[in-house]
Order: sequence, then C-alpha cells, then structure tokens
Amino acid sequence: MLRFLTYRLAHSLLLLFLVSVIGFTILHLAPGGPLSQFALSPGMSQAELERIAERMGLNRPLPVQYLDWAARFVTGDWGESFRDGRAVLDIILGHLFATLLLILTSTILSVGLGTLVGVLGAIRRYSAYDYLATVGAMVALSIPTFWFGLVAIYVFSLRLGWLPSGNMYTIGDESVLDYAEHLIMPSVVLALVQVAIWSRYMRSSILDVVGQDFVRTARAKGLTRRRVLYVHILRNALIPMITLTGIQLPTLLSGALVTETVFTWPGIGRLFLDSLGYNDYPVIMGVLMFTAIFVLLGNLIADILVASVDPRVRLE
Amino acid sequence: MTMRNTTLMNRRTLLRTGAAGMTLLMSGAAAGRLAAQEASGRVVIGFSQEPTVMHPHMPHIEVDEGIHFNLFDPLFIVDTDGNFQPSLAREVPTVENGGISEDGLNWRVKLRDDVTWHDGEPFTAEDVKFTIELNQNPDFNAMRRNGHELVRNIRIVNDHELTWEMAEPFAPYPAILSWTFIVPAHVLAGAEDPNQTDFRNKPIGTGPFSFGERVAGNYILLNANEDYFGEGPHLEQAIFRYIPDMTVLYTQFRTGDIDVIGLQGIQPDRYEQAQQIADREVVIAPSSAVESITFNMGKPQFQDPEVRRALSLALDRETIVEALYYGIPEQTESFLPRESYYYNENLPEAEFDPEKAAQVLDAAGWLPGDDGVRQKDGVRLAFKNSTTAGNNVREQAQQLIQQTYAEIGVEMEISNLPPAVMWGEYWMMSQFDSVMVGITFTTGPDPDVTNYLHSSSISAQGGAGQNTWQYKNERVDELLEQGGRMFVPEKRKEVYDEIQRLVHEDMPFLPMFQYANLRGHKTGLEGFDPNVNVRIETWNLNEWRWA
Repeated sequence: MLRFLTYRLAHSLLLLFLVSVIGFTILHLAPGGPLSQFALSPGMSQAELERIAERMGLNRPLPVQYLDWAARFVTGDWGESFRDGRAVLDIILGHLFATLLLILTSTILSVGLGTLVGVLGAIRRYSAYDYLATVGAMVALSIPTFWFGLVAIYVFSLRLGWLPSGNMYTIGDESVLDYAEHLIMPSVVLALVQVAIWSRYMRSSILDVVGQDFVRTARAKGLTRRRVLYVHILRNALIPMITLTGIQLPTLLSGALVTETVFTWPGIGRLFLDSLGYNDYPVIMGVLMFTAIFVLLGNLIADILVASVDPRVRLE
Repeated sequence: MTMRNTTLMNRRTLLRTGAAGMTLLMSGAAAGRLAAQEASGRVVIGFSQEPTVMHPHMPHIEVDEGIHFNLFDPLFIVDTDGNFQPSLAREVPTVENGGISEDGLNWRVKLRDDVTWHDGEPFTAEDVKFTIELNQNPDFNAMRRNGHELVRNIRIVNDHELTWEMAEPFAPYPAILSWTFIVPAHVLAGAEDPNQTDFRNKPIGTGPFSFGERVAGNYILLNANEDYFGEGPHLEQAIFRYIPDMTVLYTQFRTGDIDVIGLQGIQPDRYEQAQQIADREVVIAPSSAVESITFNMGKPQFQDPEVRRALSLALDRETIVEALYYGIPEQTESFLPRESYYYNENLPEAEFDPEKAAQVLDAAGWLPGDDGVRQKDGVRLAFKNSTTAGNNVREQAQQLIQQTYAEIGVEMEISNLPPAVMWGEYWMMSQFDSVMVGITFTTGPDPDVTNYLHSSSISAQGGAGQNTWQYKNERVDELLEQGGRMFVPEKRKEVYDEIQRLVHEDMPFLPMFQYANLRGHKTGLEGFDPNVNVRIETWNLNEWRWA
C-alpha cells in the first residue's frame, strides 16, 4: 500500500509538472495577450501598453516567466489575478463551493437515477422498458447541455414562473430553501447526461456479472432472486462504477462549465472561461493545476476504494 | 420571487423610515438626513462583463467605469449635452471665470468644502494633488498618463483651492479631468507599492454609493452614501450582477431577475421582441463609437486615393444599417459623434454606386487581370478584412461587402481573429490589411483626435498612438496641433470642421454608422439617462429612483 502510494504520488507529480509546462507554453504562445482588452480604450497607445506589460513582467523571456511562476507555485503562492489583484488560490476557493455544490447534487441525482434505470434495464433486458431507456439515454447524450438549459429556463422560468432563471441565491435571502430552489434546474440539467452514461454502464456491468459462474452457483444454491440480485450481482457490478466515477470527473467538470454559464452559477467553470477571455494567465494556470490535482486525487481515491471493497484487487 | 422581494423591501423601508424619523426628532432635522430618508429600494443591473478593477486609475475596461462613477467623483462631470458640470470643484475652470489663463498654462481650481470620504475623513485639495501625482508616478501602473504628464508645480493654496501649471497648453485636459476620479490621499499616500494596495478590493470614495461587497464572478453590491454632497442617492442599494452570456442576460431581463439590462444590452435582432415585453422599457442609447472599414495605408493596395474612393462607392452602408442592424444606428460620414458640438454637418453624403466605382478604378489604371481581380504595376487589388471572430452581425456585413467588392473586381478575404489576437500587435502595430472596427475617437466630449490621426501617432513607425491606418497629412497634423491648444469652442470648431473635411476626402477609413446600443429597464425606474460622452450607462445612479 505504501509503495503504491509513493509510486502514485511520484507519478502524479510528474503529470502535474507536464500539465503545467504544456499549459503555460500553450497559453503564452497563443498570440495576443492580457493587454489587448485595453487597446480600444480612448487615448491608448502601443507605448503605453508596453509600459503596462513591463510593469506586469510580461515582456520577460518565457522560461524565466515559467520558472518564476513555478517557484512561487510550489511554495503555495499561486500568484495574483491580473484583473483584480487578488490571490489566485483565494479566488479559486471562493468559486469552489458553488461548483462542489452543483457537482455533488448532480452526482447524487445521476448515480441514484442512473443505477436504478440501469438495473431495471438489465433485469428486464429487451423489454419495452429497456428499449425506452436505451433510446432515452441516446437522446439525453445527444442534447447539448447549453440548449437543454435554455429550454428549461424558457419553460420553468419564463412560461411557468416556477423556478428562478439563474444565480445561486437571492441576494438578501440566502436561506437553504432559497439555495435549493436555485439548485434544481442546473443540477438536473447537469445530471441529465450523467444519468444516461451511468445507466448504460450499470446495465452492461450487471449483464457482465449475470453471466458469471458464481451467479449461477448462487441460483443453484436456491437463493431468492432478490438475494441473488442484491448480494451477488449488484455488489459486484458496482465495483467498476467506482472507477467510473473517478474517470467521469473531468466530464462532470466540463459539463459544469457550460451549466454554470447558462445558469449564471458562480463556479470554477465560469471563472476559467472568464479568465481565458481576459488572458488572466495566473488564474488560468491556477484553475488548470487545481482541476488537474482534483482529477488525479479523485482517481486515486477511486482506486483505493475499489481495493478496499474488492479483495481481489491489490494495490502494488 | 418578486413578491418575496417586495415584502422584504417594504419591511426594511419601514424600519429605516422609523429609524430615520427617530433621528430626525432627536437631532432636529438636518437637510442631509432628509435626503437619506428618501433612499429606498434597490436596483439590480445586469452586465455581460464583470467589473473587477475598483481602483479607477489602474488598467481597466469600460464596465469597471460603471462602478467608478458611483464610488468616486471627478472635479467636474460631463452631462448628456456635453457640458461640464461642477462636482468636487465648486465651478468648472474656464478662461472666462479665470480658472484657466488665456494661454492655457495656469490653472486654478476651487473645491467644495462640504465633502467627506466614505470613511468620514474630509476631502481636501491634498486629494486632488495626490490623484494627479499618482498618475505621473512612474512606479504606478496607471491606465492613462495622457494630459496628467503635462501638469507641473501643483500648489495647495488652502484646503479647498489649488493651482498648477501646464508644460504646454492642452485643450483636451478638461475632458480628461472629467473622467479622472479623485482618490483619497489619506488612504493611499502611505503605500509602499502603489500597485499593491487594499484599495483595489476595498475602495473608498466620495461618490453617491459606498462599496458594500464583491462576490467574485457573481455580483457587486453598493450601499447608498447618505452623506453624499450632490443629488441623491434615492436608492438604498445598487447591485451589479455579472451575467456572461448575452442570451441569458436577455432572459433574466425578461423574467425580471434584473431590473436593468446594461452593457452589452439587447442584441439588435431582439429589438422588436423586447419592445413587446410587459412593464419594460427599451431605450436606444447613443454611443460615441463609430463603425468603419479601415485601410492600412502602409500596404501598397491602399496607397492610391482612387482605390479608397472606389471602395467607398462600392460600400453599401444603407443595407448594412437597415438589414443587419435593424435600422437602430445612424449612418455617418464623420468620426465624431453626431451629438458633439464639433460634428461637421456639411460633409457630403456617401453614395452607393458600384458602376461608378468600377469606372474610377478603370480610370486610375487598375484593370482586371487573368483571374478577374484588378491590378496595377504588379499589385493585386486583393486584401484581407479582419475583425473580432464570433461577432455574427459583423461577419454578415463582411460577407455583404465581400460580394459587392467582388463585383467590381476587388478581392476581399475575410480573416477574423479572436479578440486577444485581433486587438494585440496585429492591430496596434498595423499588421492588418483592413479592419472592421467600432472606435470612439474622442476623449469624452473633447474633439481632439491626435491619437488617431496625427502622423506622429503611428505605433508601427515608432510613434505613440493609435493611428493604425498609418495616415499622414501635413495639413491635418498642423490643424490637430492648433486645435489642441485652443480653449474657445467657437473658434475651435472651425479647425475641427476642416479636419473632418480633409479626412473625409482622404478616406483612411470609411465611417459607416455611429453605434446605438439597446438598453432596457423596468417601467417605474426613473433617471435612467444614457450619456454619449461616457462609456457606461450607470454613470448617474445617484439620480435613479423607483416611481
């Protein structure tokens, strides 16, 4: 276990290093920069822009800028935003709650619903229900999140007036109920695609297990159908799902990016998009590294979980 | 939702009124308190860009100014008619009232003595001196030094009066001062590094609203400054919500989540629909930005004036304005906004006549080659046209122009770039062939356009400015220098009329129309009054109130 952890840690650090170098290079090599947004303001000149660039340290050679950034990064100083001058880590933590709230809610929704739909589809394989679930999943997977979000706003906010059209809370209210009301649409929209993915994986995972010898043995022993399903099939079929959750993290994050924009949800995804728009290099790098760490950590936890629930898996 | 807000507000108003009433009884009715008692309700403004820079002198974008105008005050502001109105200054310095000397070199400014900062400290001449000197400080990352660089020997006469000298007469300086927000010396003067101060996130001003909180990526909340020296504020709170997507911004305007749809407002194709929404008013806000096709005169195809004339004749401005912009903006011939005192009304109206354009090119010796594209002396009449990628309406305009140009044997290739690339060196260092761009040429209400039209403003040739079309006309240079030293508007106008005429003749760029933006607010909100002389519609929040 210790050897495994050491290995994974070294592996992760190497990955993080590569991510940072590639991210930094691509970011800075792309033509244009953080100052172009000021170009069209009255009275601006190239000389003035160069002076500002000089102040911000943007005209130093790229490797120097990278080393400077990296040296600060490893000490926990992630730099300051070009826009408001606040510490990058503070900014990310400030946006983290919104994203976690959204991701957690939609994960609970999608895991619950997805498992249910998948299990029912597997045990009633080739039934009308199974076909319906398959078609439903395909449709859900094909609908762009952006479009689905706008339709939901149109129906439930504009036409029916049941739900708020966006934002995380009403300024001045901020009660649990208020949060819940604002959370419904974005989390359902974000969960939609996830339910589809989950139900498909769940269905095929169960079908895999159903064909195994130990299931036949269990049935032969005369166990009830219910007991076979819950104790023998489901428990085994759920193990790959833990790994899937880890693998799905990046998809979930990128889905959150779109959902956060449609529902003006002040999370990390929108922070990332905004920072890209303004070429706010320190924040972009910060979010990049943060999500990389988040995903690596998520996968590590998933692997450890798999090993602890499945005695056949050993972490070496 | 709306119901709940209203009841909350009423309860709060009730409490406030009660409290204010008590104070009134106890303190014996001060006039300032009466004004404060009026402040009630709140307004939620939606912006599609996020204000992040609270320090008004650090590099920022227009949306940030929407906050600055309410937290801070300049010495004097410019009203919707382009006139200066005193703010922190008791009167606007002019040659007439002795505030500016005849030669424009000596200034005397008298300040109000009843102004306090949001932290309770009195506002004095020291603050004005500090603000100008901050913008001269080489260690400070100032957004603009233009104009401030010329100020010398600032002398404080007393707490509420100061004088300074100018290194040379500079007519646009009043306009620059009208957007130079005064910042507090007592807060900022001690800073070790003027670029790293708490002020960036906890600004303190003299304005009608004080800083409440900013939740990054979400909103900014301002509270009424009950001791404000000027009119208002009549609202208790102002909330600036950041809603990045234009469709979502518009939807939240429809649902009523936001009271006001600010920058970048309603898109032209939704104009008709927006007017149908119940209890909403759609406002056409004039903008000083002029949309034009610009030519890089450093490129061989654009050096012949006859080519530029032909391209103007083949430019169908009317169709672009009517069909693509739904007739909302107005066609224009000048780079100055129509509202400006200095706007030249007598410029000949552009005509659309592709046949004539072809004749002009024939006569000038640009004849079709084997591939159908005209050429002369080995130069093909082909060029790229670039603008910010992703702007649908502009792309349609480009396609329309491309088509009419193709008909007269001119090849225009559309080559659009992401904003950060487009407005970087590609633009500033004149690396483009031609560009479709909306530019505000003026400095507030001042007609000075040296930065865009003087031959010394060509960055690509080592100049300092944004004459990216590399335009050179000695007469225009002379007139610009002359106009920049004149302080009497009537005489100055003659100079700028002539500049406009000459530029219209030379055509370094083809003005198409002056922008007009669609904004909207809930019925019942009074005081919403967009100002063509500033960059943002929330410039006068102190006058806003709910009916």
